[in-house]
Amino acid sequence: MNHDTIGNILLTTMLPGNFVLAMFLGMCPFLGVSQKLETAFPMGLATAFVIMVASISAYFMNLLLVHFHLEFLSVITFITVIACTVQLVEMFVKKYFPVLFRQLGIYLPLITTNCAVLGVALFQTARQYNFSQSLAYSFGGGMGFTLALVLMAGLRERLQLANVPTLVQGAAISLMVGGLLSLSFMGFAGIGGGE
Amino acid sequence: MSTPVSNFDEFMDGLWKQNPIFVMVLGMCPTLAVTVSAINAISMGLATTFVLAASCFLVSLLRHAIPKEVRIASYIVIIATFVTVVDYAIQAMSLDLYEALGAYIKLIVANCVLLGRAEAHAAKNPPLPATLNAMGMGLGFTLGLLAIGAVREILGAGALFGISLFGPHFQPWVIMVLPPGGFFVLAGWLIVFAAFRMRKTRQQPSDTPSSAGANA
Repeated sequence: MNHDTIGNILLTTMLPGNFVLAMFLGMCPFLGVSQKLETAFPMGLATAFVIMVASISAYFMNLLLVHFHLEFLSVITFITVIACTVQLVEMFVKKYFPVLFRQLGIYLPLITTNCAVLGVALFQTARQYNFSQSLAYSFGGGMGFTLALVLMAGLRERLQLANVPTLVQGAAISLMVGGLLSLSFMGFAGIGGGE
Repeated sequence: MSTPVSNFDEFMDGLWKQNPIFVMVLGMCPTLAVTVSAINAISMGLATTFVLAASCFLVSLLRHAIPKEVRIASYIVIIATFVTVVDYAIQAMSLDLYEALGAYIKLIVANCVLLGRAEAHAAKNPPLPATLNAMGMGLGFTLGLLAIGAVREILGAGALFGISLFGPHFQPWVIMVLPPGGFFVLAGWLIVFAAFRMRKTRQQPSDTPSSAGANA
């Protein structure tokens, strides 16, 4: 059993143990959808929602799997649950926010293959979190993901006005900015009682 | 259509021309997370190659049997099956390695390269070219991981494959084995490749000037 308090988990996952900047989960949307603030924020929230639903269902799924001694099926079950959740979110966004749906494009169904979502399900199982701890872990993780995405989008909007050498344009400069962001998040180390 | 030449092309296509890391910038999570040492990078790359080749083979065999509506879900289940196999195999072979790679072996499922290959290539081609293309792609991925892992290990720990290179007075550049180092080394490699591409286009002035670096 893990004895991290809920506050610790929340702070750790949001700042020093940020999913994107410290654990490299969910890099694809981080580099792909972070061009504009107005799409980065809803994308972050959609992902955060999927992370929470996936985490809750993964928790109960895991209880079931452990009960029947089927732990080896965990990866398959988790990914199937996640795929279904993403499908649900996709239909919801398409129906109620059609403009947003078009802006997010391929990246919305790609939440399925977002490592952050599967990562939460796997890490919370590996660390043996109980229900409220898992909830805190997934909420903190989702918010941390949104925070990183929004910060990155803000930086990249500024970057469009900057004079970047042709050689470094595109993915290279985004990665460098991501590296600097990651460097600054390391300054939060120890804030949640240490990783 | 399966002449040796075209099969070789399928293989080289994934290995070099469409290298998943340096050209397409896909599969970033394992690329940055596990490349703190060259050994980790190679094992991760080979594990991914196995899953990629095996799942592409199966997807290609079943390409007429899988209904179009549920294809993504079917691909993911196929991929997840092979990932589970690899996960348990690595655990049985080397516990140290298993602990070093941690949950990232299971996270191969969520690697965009795999689903991308299954959807874009294996679902439309017969088993042999599909598998060869997947193997080339997987080895290209391994090559990319190794390039990043080697640089990070040399700079951050002063060693390569665990063998110390510079003697006891080397002051390790610790930031390189921490998360930001991953970003910087990958960015560095992308710049090197962009420079190569630029020199190539300058040598052939008849071509239309291509923009350096894809719009990510």
